[in-house]
This record gives sequence, C-alpha cells and structure tokens, in this order.
Amino acid sequence: MSLIETENLTLAYRGKTVLRGVNIKIERGEIVTIVGPNGSGKSSLLRALIGALAPVSGKVRRAPRLRIGYVPQTLMIDGTLPLTVWRFLNLPGRAHRADVQAAVEAAGVAQLGSQQMSELSGGQFQRVLLARALLAQPDLLILDEATQGLDQPGSAAFYRQIEDVRQTQGCAVLMVSHDLHVVMAASDRVLCLNGHVCCEGTPQVVADAPEYRALFGTGTGGTLALYRHEHDHDHAHDHETGHGPH
Amino acid sequence: MIRAALAGLGVALAAAPLGCFVIWRRMAYFGDATSHAAILGVALALATDLPIFAGVLVVALAMALLLAGLSGRWVSSDALLGVLSHAALASGLVAISLLDGVRVDLEGYLFGEILAVTTRDVVLIWTGAALVCGLLIWRWQGLLMATLSVDLAVASGTKPRREALILTLAMAVTVAVAIKVVGALLIAAMLVIPAAAARPLARTPETMALWAVLIGAASALGGLGGSFAFDTPTGPSIVTLAAVFFALSVALAPMFRRAE
Repeated sequence: MSLIETENLTLAYRGKTVLRGVNIKIERGEIVTIVGPNGSGKSSLLRALIGALAPVSGKVRRAPRLRIGYVPQTLMIDGTLPLTVWRFLNLPGRAHRADVQAAVEAAGVAQLGSQQMSELSGGQFQRVLLARALLAQPDLLILDEATQGLDQPGSAAFYRQIEDVRQTQGCAVLMVSHDLHVVMAASDRVLCLNGHVCCEGTPQVVADAPEYRALFGTGTGGTLALYRHEHDHDHAHDHETGHGPH
Repeated sequence: MIRAALAGLGVALAAAPLGCFVIWRRMAYFGDATSHAAILGVALALATDLPIFAGVLVVALAMALLLAGLSGRWVSSDALLGVLSHAALASGLVAISLLDGVRVDLEGYLFGEILAVTTRDVVLIWTGAALVCGLLIWRWQGLLMATLSVDLAVASGTKPRREALILTLAMAVTVAVAIKVVGALLIAAMLVIPAAAARPLARTPETMALWAVLIGAASALGGLGGSFAFDTPTGPSIVTLAAVFFALSVALAPMFRRAE
C-alpha cells in the first residue's frame, strides 16, 4: 500500500475550514511537493499527516509502522533554554552516537555538535532540524517550507541535500514550498492546493494546468523551463522569481 | 532551626527545576496565578477543617487546570492570567476575613513562616518535593520535547497535552509545599529567580536545572541565616538573596563565556 493516504480529508484551523475533500497518496521513495498560496491549507495538511491536527472529517491512513521525519517551518527556541545541537538531536529519545554522527553528516552539519542552537545561522538551523528528522530513519520525510528565511543559494543547496538524502536513504519526501522553480524541477509529483486539491501531476502537467496558471500566472512555467536547462549552473537563481504567491 | 533549613531545602529542590520549565515555556504568570490561588486554598482549609496543605493543593490544582484549559480560548492568556491571579488573591483574602471565630496569621500565609514548620510539615514538604522531582525526571525528555515544539513532539510520538498536565500537577504540589516556607506572594519568586540565575551558567537544560537547585538551596540556607543575623523576615530574605545571585550571575556571565 501507499506510505500514507488521506480519504476525503476536511481540515479546519481556528474554527475555519481550510481544506475540503482531500484524497492524496504518497508512495515509497517519491518526492512530492505541495504548492499553493498563503492560507491554502498546506501547513494544515502536513500537520494532519503527522497527527498534530485532528481532521473535521475524513481519515489519514498510515502504513503499519510508518516512520515519519518532520522538519517544521521554523522553531522558536526561547532564549532562556540552553540547548546544544548534540542535546537537541537526543530529543525525545537518546540516540546512539554513531546514528547521530551519520545524521549530521547526511544533513551537512557534522561540525556543529557543541554549538548552542541559538548561535546557528538560518541554514545551519534548518539542517540541524533535517538531521533530527533523519535520525528517525524515516520512510517519509515531511518538510514544511523548510527553506523559509534562507536566501536563494542557501535554499538551492538545502534542496540538493534533500535529493541526496532521498538517493542515499530511499525515503519518500513530501514538502511544502514557495520556491516554485527550484522545487518543481526536483519533484516527481506536484500537488497544487487552494482550499482543495486544485490540480496534481508531474511538474510539467501542473505548470500547464489552467488552475495552476490562474493561481501563479504563466511565468513560472517559463522559469521552470529555464531552470531545467540551466540547473547545473550556479546562477540559475538570478532569473526572475516574481511570479510566486504573494 | 534544622527543621527550617530542611523545609527551605525541600522547597528549593522542587521549585528550582520546575522553575526552569516555567521560564522556558514563558509561564511566569501562570506560576503567579497558581500561587496566589493558594490563599483561597487556605480559606477553604480553614472553613472545612482540612489541613492547610490539602486545601492549598486542591485549590492550586483547580486553578492550574482551569488556566491550562482556558488559555488561548477567548482572552489573551496574558490578560486571563492577570485577571485570575489577582481575583484569586483578593477573593481568598476576603474569604479568610469572613470566616467566623478564626484568628488567622495572614502574614504567615502571604510571606511564609519557615520558623514555625513542624516535623510533620518537613515530612510533607520533602514528600512533595520528591514527587515533583520524580515526575520531572521521569518525564524529562518528553517535557523538553513538548517545550520545544508541540508539532515536533507529536511527530516524534510524544503527547504534549499529557506533558503539560504533568507540569500543571507539579506546579500545584510545589505551591502546596512552599506556602508555609515563603508564602503565597513569594512562591513564584522561588520558581523563577533561581532558574533565571542559572541560565547564564548553563549550556544544556540539565546543567541549568542543577545550577537552579544549587542557587535555590543556597538562597534558602543563606536567607535563613541572614534573617537570624539581621532579624529580617525569612521568606523575603530568601528571595532577596536569590535575586542577588541572579544579579551576580548576569553580571559575571560574560566572563564565563570568555573562559569557554
């Protein structure tokens, strides 16, 4: 069966329905990206999948013994809480030293163990969150706008890391992103949300769909094409990105 | 005097590590409101002939559960806590004054009367402190996880609501054991000040909790000694010394940083 699937899922946030009738499936090993404007229910969907938001109606079905690694949008750590990276990675379960070492190496933050979480840069912080998610040896890695606050080269590097992780660990990846051109090129499948699933398919299919164009304009289709041709070129991110959701 | 010292140490042992969670989770006002409710608990105990400890425990627990249930619902929790905190204190004072034929040493309940503790009190205090420490140690990892992020806690199989309930329970027990020692008005200080003083000295949550216990214990013993030497009220002396430790810790923190 699929790793995780939803059946006619309806979600509300603070008493307001944000998502209706969602039926999605995530298969083993695929990278699926969720796009959609602000308030379209992206984060609510992820929170329902990890079990932090109870659905109004419908169901979330997980494969038996499914292991989920979750990377939140941000994490506000109160300044009064002293916490080294190493200590953070040992929450909530104490992990084996070798496992932690493997996770920080896979996430590209092997040297930061004794630093305080509050002293990390934005990119380092997100990678530490990624390392923590990898420690669970997840079948499914869920990322909620994990590159928010990173600059373009930073987020591009972060997504390359995700690709690497998928290659080496074989986990499926489900992510929400605003970095349309980077992410769509890296995805097997794209789900476009706006209160419901308005279109889905391969990045090209979604980019061509009238529903997607109505939301994001036609420009990103062009950007996607540009990215595809030049994605091994360091300055790909210099191209226009002005068609993202605002 | 030995009883007083033991009572003070017991309170520091319970309040200091719990106080760390109080400041990490920004619950200082929550501690205030729960400890102010202790006065209402005293009134309940006097009216029903219950032991003071039991009355305070019941009312503090009710208050803490009420706050946990209401927070974020219809008023900002800041406003809500402000209202309930002072309402509990004021109505408790009114209730005590209405009790017929009871002569009450109100000051003792407001500021503590550590020199009047009996052996039975000391046993109760240490039982309560052991319970609080036991709960915190048992749930330590889950509590930290729930403190960091509710979503992350859920995703990794922790139940944040249960962890919050454990803190609520620990808070009520701490208030109940501390009322005789530092009094309803200063319990929150014993929660917050040692923990805040420990912050600059620590790089992990565990070392911070240990420093908080040390600072809390030193404040209790030093404050007790100081109140003898200078004939000052004991509860406020303990809290004043804790505040001095806080000032020293913050002032000296940059040196610790450089030494690392």
